[in-house]
Amino acid sequence: MAENDGQHLLGLLLQDEQALLERWLRDAAVHLQGRASSAELERAFRDLLTALAKGVSGGGLDLDHEAYGEVRALLSELSRDRARRGFTPSETAVSVFSLKGALFDLAARAGQGTDAILVASRWVDALGLLTFDSYVRAREEVIAEQSEQLMELSTPVVKLWEGVVAVPLIGTLDSARTQIVMEKLLQTLVDTGSEHAIIDITGVPAVDTEVAQHLLKTVVAARLMGAECTISGIRPQIAQTIVALGIEFGDIPTKANLADALLHALRGSGVEVVRRRSGGGR
Amino acid sequence: MSQQVPVLRLGNALLVSIQVDLQDDDVLALQEELAERIVATGARGVIIDISAVDIVDSFIGRMFSSIAALSRVLDAETVVVGMRPAVAITLVELGLSLDGVRTALDLEKGRAILDRLIADRRTVRDIAQDDDEFVPIDDPAGERHQPDPSRR
Amino acid sequence: MSTSATGVDELPISSGDDVVRVRQLVRTRAQGIRLSLVDQTKLVTAASELARNTLVHGGSGTARIEVVQRAGRSGIRAVFSDEGPGIPDLDLALTAGWTSGGGLGLGLSGAKRLVDEFDIDTEVGRGTSVTVVKWSR
Ligand SMILES: Nc1ncnc2c1ncn2[C@@H]1O[C@H](COP(=O)(O)OP(=O)(O)OP(=O)(O)O)[C@@H](O)[C@H]1O
Ligand SMILES: [Mg+2]
Repeated sequence: MAENDGQHLLGLLLQDEQALLERWLRDAAVHLQGRASSAELERAFRDLLTALAKGVSGGGLDLDHEAYGEVRALLSELSRDRARRGFTPSETAVSVFSLKGALFDLAARAGQGTDAILVASRWVDALGLLTFDSYVRAREEVIAEQSEQLMELSTPVVKLWEGVVAVPLIGTLDSARTQIVMEKLLQTLVDTGSEHAIIDITGVPAVDTEVAQHLLKTVVAARLMGAECTISGIRPQIAQTIVALGIEFGDIPTKANLADALLHALRGSGVEVVRRRSGGGR
Repeated sequence: MSQQVPVLRLGNALLVSIQVDLQDDDVLALQEELAERIVATGARGVIIDISAVDIVDSFIGRMFSSIAALSRVLDAETVVVGMRPAVAITLVELGLSLDGVRTALDLEKGRAILDRLIADRRTVRDIAQDDDEFVPIDDPAGERHQPDPSRR
Repeated sequence: MSTSATGVDELPISSGDDVVRVRQLVRTRAQGIRLSLVDQTKLVTAASELARNTLVHGGSGTARIEVVQRAGRSGIRAVFSDEGPGIPDLDLALTAGWTSGGGLGLGLSGAKRLVDEFDIDTEVGRGTSVTVVKWSR
């Protein structure tokens, strides 16, 4: 039975491809109101039709079948593109649903009964849902990318001196943000050839175990790479957390503030800072 | 024998630059070859450049520690240079601490570390090469007045 | 190597070169689903440890690598199976630093920390199968 349904559907898809494509394009264009060029739509739909025919002939009506791999890939490409360009989910899914009218027409003309129409309808519905899903996924990816970019922007790694870089952290640290910042810090060590890094957490009100662990791991990783990492500006509350959690800060250099940390790093690289005895006006 | 990894001479040190994904036997072969070359050349240091290496697992990590220990026995020093951040982060998670291995960000800094270490452990052979100065071998005060060899 | 249309790769593990091939394949798959560089490195390192265990402790075996999906996220699943002696005391084997001989005893415990999901199925005399998954963020 299901095999039969697939055969009917395949028949419809292959019967008059050009007519099907034209009708589909016309219906879809109504909903898009010129937001996608017709050449672009035509290319996308033509590819989809070819892939759909392949899917139906290999996998029948089962969209999860491997024969539908290309269809899924094309739909997620379409969705990603639409999500980036700011199309709504319904504007995206309607392009697929528009295939229904064209298929019904063909079915009616070919003298197929309500059964065939129902099958086609259910099949297009499933395709539409698939599009919806991949749109949502694409949309989430876009948002995740944007928030990652934002995170990068909000935590600059700055060069304080030749061979000394610092990252001043401000605000609440969650595990994800800490990880991104730490990776960036380590990469900066490589890019600038700096042997000293300072993580300044003066602007961080509190840390949880996980974040404290990430900080620690970063210090150890920096050491493995051949650089030294100092943590400065640990607030009393954070110090208490660290002690209460029993986290070993061991031999990791900590300094009260960024200035002391810089001084420590400079000494480490052989630079001595002294106050001038005379002159200088003060 | 390890044809996979060339061992080059760099002044009084050996330079090993790992460029390909090594299988365990190659790693062991390299370790053996290095021991032989240290003795044969009288090298005072080994620099292992891993800037092209995209993963270090416990096996390669152990090789670094072994080479470091082994070269120390042969009176040489080992520095691993160029570890990538992703590799370092992974090693920390894996729990491998590379005990006894010195590291540096790049080849140049590794060379500088080696020079400093070698200067601290000068041998009669090194001193014989300095024709114009006398340096006491026995120096209980630990106060040596020698030029920094890296500046020569 | 055999690849079915559903994207499952199966590689034999019976030599040191095979371990290298497993690493390379896992890397390619991880890049394919755009795992971050750090996550790629963690997964490949875990795979390297587990493939070596299959070879060294299990005698020989296979690695199955595939892309998996869940709740809109992609991941890589790698399964390392052998028909070797099995692991008599799993808790002990998973203790960092414990080795039945020769190693550092970091392979299993370390691999577990490097991935998101970790599962061992083992039976003395029948073999061992370790499954790991790393999800894209
Ligand atoms: N596939 C396996 N079959 C049988 N035993 C295993 C298998 N994998 C691990 N084991 C047992 O678990 C122990 C711990 O494994 P693990 O990988 O942590 O350490 P190792 O292989 O001994 O050393 P390392 O991996 O650090 O070089 C092994 O020593 C071995 O006894
Ligand atoms: Mg192991």
